This record gives sequence, structure tokens and C-alpha cells, in this order.
Amino acid sequence: MSETTSDPRYKRRPPKRPLRLSWSDERVRGIFWQIVVVAAVGSLIYWLYSNTSHNLAVRRIATGFGFLDREAGLPIAESLISYEPTDTYFRALMVGVLNTLKVAVIGVVLATILGTLIGIARLSKNFLLSRIAGAYIEIIRDLPLLLQLLFWYTILQGLPGPRQALKPMEGVVLSNRGLKLPALIWENAHTAALVVFLLGIIGTWAYGRMARAKQMADGQPRKVWPTALGLMLALPVAVWWGMGAPWEIEYPVLRGFNFRGGINVSPEYFALLIGLVTYTAGFIAEVVRAGIMSVNHGQWEAAQALGLKHGSVLRLIVMPQALRVIIPPMTSNYLNLTKNSSLAVAIGYQDIVSIANTTLNQTGQAIEGIAIIMVVYLTISLSISLFMNWYNARIALVER
Amino acid sequence: MSDTAIPSGPRKPPITAVGPIAWAKTNLFSGWLSTAVTLAMGYLLIKLALSFIDWAFVNAIWSVPSNAQGPQTQACRDLRGAGACWAVIGEKHRFMLFGTYPYEQHWRPALACVLFVVLYIISAIRSFWRWELALVWIGMLTAIGILMWGGVFGLSYVPQERWGGLPITLILATFGLAFAFPLSILVALGRRSSLPAIKVLCVLYVELIRGVPLISLLFMASVMFPLFLPEGMNIDKLLRAQIAIILFAGAYLAEVVRGGLQALPKGQYEAADAMGLSYWQKTGLIILPQALRMVIPPLVNTFIGFFKDTSLVLIIGIFDLLTAGKTAIVEPAWQGFGVEVYVFVGAIYLVFCYAMSKYSRGLEADLNRHRRR
Repeated sequence: MSETTSDPRYKRRPPKRPLRLSWSDERVRGIFWQIVVVAAVGSLIYWLYSNTSHNLAVRRIATGFGFLDREAGLPIAESLISYEPTDTYFRALMVGVLNTLKVAVIGVVLATILGTLIGIARLSKNFLLSRIAGAYIEIIRDLPLLLQLLFWYTILQGLPGPRQALKPMEGVVLSNRGLKLPALIWENAHTAALVVFLLGIIGTWAYGRMARAKQMADGQPRKVWPTALGLMLALPVAVWWGMGAPWEIEYPVLRGFNFRGGINVSPEYFALLIGLVTYTAGFIAEVVRAGIMSVNHGQWEAAQALGLKHGSVLRLIVMPQALRVIIPPMTSNYLNLTKNSSLAVAIGYQDIVSIANTTLNQTGQAIEGIAIIMVVYLTISLSISLFMNWYNARIALVER
Repeated sequence: MSDTAIPSGPRKPPITAVGPIAWAKTNLFSGWLSTAVTLAMGYLLIKLALSFIDWAFVNAIWSVPSNAQGPQTQACRDLRGAGACWAVIGEKHRFMLFGTYPYEQHWRPALACVLFVVLYIISAIRSFWRWELALVWIGMLTAIGILMWGGVFGLSYVPQERWGGLPITLILATFGLAFAFPLSILVALGRRSSLPAIKVLCVLYVELIRGVPLISLLFMASVMFPLFLPEGMNIDKLLRAQIAIILFAGAYLAEVVRGGLQALPKGQYEAADAMGLSYWQKTGLIILPQALRMVIPPLVNTFIGFFKDTSLVLIIGIFDLLTAGKTAIVEPAWQGFGVEVYVFVGAIYLVFCYAMSKYSRGLEADLNRHRRR
């Protein structure tokens, strides 16, 4: 405010009073109370620290992270990187972090999609659809997540065994050993096509920018979608075709007591993912609904009066304004999903909490184990916060 | 001149413009897409409802015979999931609700739960929002403590290890909020304070707690708190978990309260200063009454979150409602009837949380009445 007013009186600071050593001086009182509080907190921490070090000495527990290099000897059912029980604790914990990220990243994507759909359904003019969405949101949000996870896990375990497995589609098998999906046998051609596809995205983005810049210059709108289709679909397919078009699918087949081949989704991971996605989607739906409702109806009407098409109204007028309301609560929902993935320990999915807990029990290094859990989550939380804050700042309303 | 009779009075609108037909036309069948959605949803809904009725009522078994070896659940197993086995609830509901509390003394935890509910209802009525309410809370919580522990008034003593089920859930939630709420107000004020040291401490506390999952705090309570205390001093597991929940709830509630403090117009602060009020007079008489009133709906939503989050104590082995439910199906005779048990436990949580969320919405509408045109 002071920058915009030219009145010199606003720029003048009040004169500095000398500090009087008297109780009636506000600043003296402030300094006194700060010293009292800091001393109290400091002595509490010192008391806890001295108790802890004494207790550790009595129990002959060595502190430090030296145990990370020792052999873990704990079996882990599923991991993204190669892991043997003979590997170190450090590697075991890395597997845990990756497992947490695996469920968090896929969970965030799926929950956003499902939550947005339900939020839009809640606003639908169709009475039945909006009521069903409303009932879903209410029930899902009023039940503890842990209960829901246990419920899903019980249902998955109650499925028939591999021999009587459910087969809703060709190659998709659902049994008490989890979900099996057909897998594409990955070859170089696929990698090449994927790389070309990613390059196509960048190319489309660049072309879109250029087209907009030209439109700004001469006022002629240019179609972006033919180029986009060419770069992102036709070119990768052509590359794949040119390299021999390999297309071999591996189906899960029953061997002995279990299925072999294909993609395996373990019952623990599947239950955790269903539970987290359906639960968080209930919250995201409310966020999306509130965001869309926050856009004034006059904005729709004004945009239509300008002659914009329905899609353009949504894309250029409504969504940018709704996103501003949606992003901050959406961020906290993403953070909640990530933190809630720690409930995996209750159903036996080996995420970071579960593995750190086992480590802690095997080695007796309680403080280090819990410190590791906290540092991992703080890092993930801060990274998501930073990214979403950056995105939020980008789309925020630019004011004077 | 003309003999066409002019109808007297206004004509009725056509039947397709008013009444249920018009309602269905605008709300269910307004276009081909809407019609398709209605038909698909209606079909799914009816199909789901029918299969649920089949499972929960038609094919369900309500009780099973029992002999010397215990309950005979073969009839339930023969259903193979086609029907619910509500016999498990009939057999185990006392265990799920009250845990291992002495069987003939179950009226005591039951009465304690009733007292909790009475306390919630009293606290929800706006005309009771006076400082005397704090006395009611202290009185009620003391009465609940006496009921649960016993040892006086002719009640036999029941050690805390034998408590379980619903009372534990209600104790964790209620005591958690009773202590976390004052803590959160202090922290929120501290975060808005102009004294840098206090501000930094409060920011650190809130951000650290909010950055980690509740489970890690509960693990900390169960394995690290014993190391924090001097030798020989020990506090029991329930109290340790309670402390973790208070610390956790305090950080989240503090952010809600801070929202209220920030939303209050600056003029209120300045006017209070101009009146010559001291910091605590200003805060207690001017700021907090207005700021807290603004954040009541989000506060209630946070309370619902906590009520649900108390179920996480399952992971460190405290016997709350959900743990009792999970333990009830460990017994071989009842293994595999998890769905029925979770539906029962879920229904209890649903009743409490739905009541709170309904109340919160009513209150929000009530408090915002002056803003509506």
C-alpha cells in the first residue's frame, strides 16, 4: 500500500523509543516472555534428551545409523528394485520408500480422476445421478479409512482360490492371490515408440505456443489438433510399425497352485489402492464441486454473450477460475492420501512404515527407525507442497 | 354475441408442466443423455439393492446352535457368501462393544457411553455455550472415570487393561479434543504472535506434526515415550496413545483456529487496542469469541476426522472399537465373517460421524443466515 501512495507521511516510520527497563514497556515484557518460553521448551527437551541417553546407556543400545549397512534378513514380497533378504537394511528401506511412492503416485492419479467424475456427477441436473454421488460422498467420508481398508482386504481374501478364480474378461483373473492382468512383452520397438510419443508431447506443446503467438499477431486461429494427432499418435505408431510391429501378449496361466506370467497385483496392494482411491475420491469430489460452484453464474453468461463455444467457455473462463479455488484443498488431499498410505502396515503391504517398523523391532533402534519414517514423509510432503505451491502461484489471480 | 363460454377463473396448467410428471421430465429425462444415465443408474441401483437385500435379509442366518465345543457355524459356512451370518454379531456384540470388561459389569461402560452421548448433545445446543459448560464437562468426565475404574461407591475396581471397545474410542476422541482444543488456541495465537521466538516454535510444531502421518506419532508413543521418561517412571499405553492423539489434533485444530483469527477484520484488533485492553483481555473478550464462531463448521469437520482417526490405535494394539471387531473374528469358529463384523462396526462409526456432519451443516446454514439474501 505504501508503494502506491505518494504522501510522504505514510513513508515516515514512528520514531524509535529507547528501551526502558520497566515492566510497563511492551518490548521488555515481550523479551521476558520469549526468554521464559524458550527456556521452558529448552529445558523440557534437555530433560527428555538426558532421560533418553541415560535409558539407552542402561539398555546398552548404541545409537547411530550404523545398522543400515547390516544384512536385513527380512523377506519382502513385492519390490520395484531387485531385493534379496541378504541385502542391507538400507536397501530394504529403499524398497519401502519405493513401495510407498508406488501406491501414492498411482493413488493420486486415480483418486483425482474418480473424484472429479463424482464431483461433476454431484452437480448433475439428473436427480438420480446427483443423489447417488451425494450418498457415496457422505458414506465414504463418515467411515474410518482403516475400517475400509480392512473391509476391502477381507473381501479380497474371501475371493475363490486360483482354481475357481473369477475371470471377468479374457486374461483378467481375480482370485484370493490378487489380480492378474495380461502383460505386453516389452521390446525395443515399444521403448522407441514411447520416446517418440514423449517427444511428440513436447513438439505439440511448442507448436501450440507458436500457433497462439501467430494468432496474436495476425488474428487467424490455427488448428492445433491435426499436428497433435500426427505427432503424438501417427508418428509413434509409424515408428513401432517400422520396427516390425511386435505385439505379443503374455496371459496369466494356472501353474500348480498359482498363476504365472502377466502383471501381478498383490491383494495387499490392490486392497490398499482401492481403499485409498475410493476414500480420497470422496473428499476430492467435494473439493471439485465447491470449486465449480464458486464460479459466478454471470461468468458463464458473459462468456456466452461474447460468442464463445461451450468448450471454450469451460476451458478459458470457468476452469481457470475454479482451479484457483480447487488447488489449495486438492494439495492437502494429495498430502493426506500419501500420509494415509502408511495404514498399509495394518493389511501387510510392505511400505516404508511397515519395513521401518520391522527394522526397529529386529534391531531395537527405535529412535532411528521412527526418525527415518518421519524424514521420508516430511520429504514427500514438502515436495508435494512445493510443487503445488508453484503451480498455484502460476495460476493465481494476478492483482495489482 | 358469441356464446362460447369463457371459463371462469384461471385455467389449470397442462399435466405435463406441473406435478410428478413434469418433475421427472426435468430432473430425470431431460434429454437422451440424461434418460440413458437415469436408466443405467436405476438398473444398477435396483440390482445392487436387490442383491444386498438377498445377502443381508433373505439368505441371512440370524443365530446358530451352540454345543459344548462352542458355536456351530457350519450353516453359515455353507452359505458361501450368499447370505450374511448375523449370528456372529449376536454372539460377539458385547465383546465388540465393551471388550474384555467383566461381563456382569457391562452396564458400567454402557452407561459411560450414554453419558458421553449426553455430553455431546448438551455441547451441541447453542444456548448452552457458556463458560458453565466447562464445569459440566469436568463433572461428566469425572463421573465416567468413576464408572469405568470403580473402586468407590461399592463399584468393584476394574483395571484399565480390561477396558475395551466403544468406550475406548469415545475416551480417546473426547479427551483428545478436550485437551487438544485449548492447546490449539494457544498455538494458533502463538503463530500469529509478534514475538519471533514464540512464533518460530509454534510454526515448527504445527508443520512438523502435519508433515508426518499419525501412525508415526503413535509408533513414537508406543516405542519412544518409554525412553523419554526417567527410569522407573512409566505411563500406560492408552495414556501414551492419548498424548500422541492430543499432539496430532492440536496441530490440525490450530490451523483451523488460525484461519478464524486471520479472517477477523483488522479493525477489531485495532479497536480493542484503542480501548486500552491488555493482550489477554483483547484476545479473550474481543478476538476469540468472534474468531471461533467463524470456524465452528470446519472445527466440527476436523472433529469428525479425529473421531475416525482414533481407529488407528489398532496398529499399536490398543483395544478400541475397531480392534475389538478385528479380534472378535480371530476365534476359529468365527473366522471368515469379517464383512459382517466390519458392517456392524462401520454402522456405529457412521451414526456418530453422520450426526456430527449433519449438525455441522445445519450450524453452517444457521451461522451464515445473515449473509444470505
